[in-house]
Amino acid sequence: MSTASGSFDVARIREDFPILKQRINDKPLVYLDNAATGQKPQAVIDALVNYYTCENSNVHRGVHTLSQRATDAYEGARSKVRQFLNAADDREIIFVRGTTEAINLVAQTYGRENIGPGDEIIISAMEHHSNIVPWQILGQETGAILKVVPINDDGELLLDEYEKLLSPRTKLVSIVHQSNALGTINPVEQIVELAHRRGVPVLLDGAQSVAHVPVDVSRVDCDFYVFSGHKLYGPTGIGVLYGKAELLEAMPPYQGGGEMIRSVTFEKTLYNTIPNKFEAGTQNIAGSVGLGAAIDYVANLGMDNIAAYEQELLTYGTRRLAEIGPLRLIGTARHKGSVLSFVMENAHPHDVGTILDAEGIAVRTGHHCAQPLMDRFEVSATVRASLAFYNTKEEIDALVHGIDRVIEIFSR
Amino acid sequence: MSNLNELYQEILLEHNNKPRNFRKLEDANRQADGYNPLCGDRITLYLKVEEDVITDVAFQGVGCAISRASASMLTQSVKGQTLDKAEEIFDGFHTMITEPEAEVDYDALGDLEMLSGVSAFPTRIKCAILAWHTLHAALAGQGDAVTTE
Ligand SMILES: Cc1ncc(COP(=O)(O)O)c(C=O)c1O
Repeated sequence: MSTASGSFDVARIREDFPILKQRINDKPLVYLDNAATGQKPQAVIDALVNYYTCENSNVHRGVHTLSQRATDAYEGARSKVRQFLNAADDREIIFVRGTTEAINLVAQTYGRENIGPGDEIIISAMEHHSNIVPWQILGQETGAILKVVPINDDGELLLDEYEKLLSPRTKLVSIVHQSNALGTINPVEQIVELAHRRGVPVLLDGAQSVAHVPVDVSRVDCDFYVFSGHKLYGPTGIGVLYGKAELLEAMPPYQGGGEMIRSVTFEKTLYNTIPNKFEAGTQNIAGSVGLGAAIDYVANLGMDNIAAYEQELLTYGTRRLAEIGPLRLIGTARHKGSVLSFVMENAHPHDVGTILDAEGIAVRTGHHCAQPLMDRFEVSATVRASLAFYNTKEEIDALVHGIDRVIEIFSR
Repeated sequence: MSNLNELYQEILLEHNNKPRNFRKLEDANRQADGYNPLCGDRITLYLKVEEDVITDVAFQGVGCAISRASASMLTQSVKGQTLDKAEEIFDGFHTMITEPEAEVDYDALGDLEMLSGVSAFPTRIKCAILAWHTLHAALAGQGDAVTTE
């Protein structure tokens, strides 16, 4: 594969991902479903094996050596996340299961405490269900109201509409940084600035952006930033809630149990300080270690280099797909990540997905957990090819070839 | 590759392009909605049942080629049949796409035989069966939309 691009040696990088060597349906695997989950480099797999082989123990609980090793590994992973996001303090990094749990945590703690009847929560038209439903549940419980920032036909947020929605009743803004279905990268600094001017805190759903955009929570100044480890080439079942310390400290706990307490009697329990207050029970220690390894891996490649290379792939892919007559791209924002979402004139996305799979090409088809967004574009589903730094132009060519096959079959 | 050709047979594609009985049935006395939450396929099935016989049937909706063709073929195959016979056709169809090794009476299935290729694509079986679950719901008089999940 002749894919050295600047300093980015993709052929070499691909060697780090054992799963990419597979053949699917007798064709080399072309994995273009990275927005659903990323593949894992050997370093992450090794970190998991090493943890269970040499360090496994419970954390914060024992005086024995292994317990100390496990604690060091777990807290070491927290520091890596802090550094990767450029947060101010390790205590601002809470380990959770993933984006979904992080948003539910904020809704059920910060939300219940601070949001009441008639109060408003602002989200956008391009949210994943996991940034819609927790707020609807909160609304049912408290009488709070959801306000939705509309988007234009390119899939860009309408900032002036957003500004109009901000009101004295707004208690929280919760918006996706990079859309999973369209690829749109939202102007988060402006979004935060406009909200902060009115004293409104902002949660950013970083499920996608964390893997594709250099993220700096101190510069963006968001109040919460949430992501899932598995989309950042780490293990499943581990994710992060970043929150500003003063907010986290004021929030009530999410779940009760071990680890999150300072002292317990049957009359009264004193809660632990952050981050432990939000980490009830034995956590996914191995997962955090794997996430730490994933962060080391991408940080070593450089998020700027990753983003630049993926932009190159996006530009190439957009041009190649635009050449296909009966294909319409959904999501053409000026500022977007490496996502190519599209529909075809005669073939339903589901059929496209099956035909591509026969060519060894993995894409996602469906509503991408963003049904209101599909309604906005008046489609029931799209085909989504989402690219990562280990993808190549040759793989985009394979996609185009696969789409030709779809056209051929469906014009019979 | 041959699996693909077997899945997307010309007759299937033809039903997809020109589905039969694709309309609203104004004098329907049974009706149900079917929905596949995984891919967003939706159909509405209309039936006119007199005595024990399905005297008319039609459908509307959006979906992939397989779910559309399956619904279209369903309308052809159950129209004019007794409820018991429709059930028998469904059983045969179900066996054909979920148990590729089993014996099936293809004569009773008519065009539906063209969907046998689905059995090689486990992820698509739900598409082929959506219309049939909807038929069950309509006959059972369940008002709520059925889903494949
Ligand atoms: C933008 C966005 N938000 C939230 C989620 C939910 O992430 P998870 O399922 O890992 O909790 C996803 C992933 O599907 C996503 O892409």
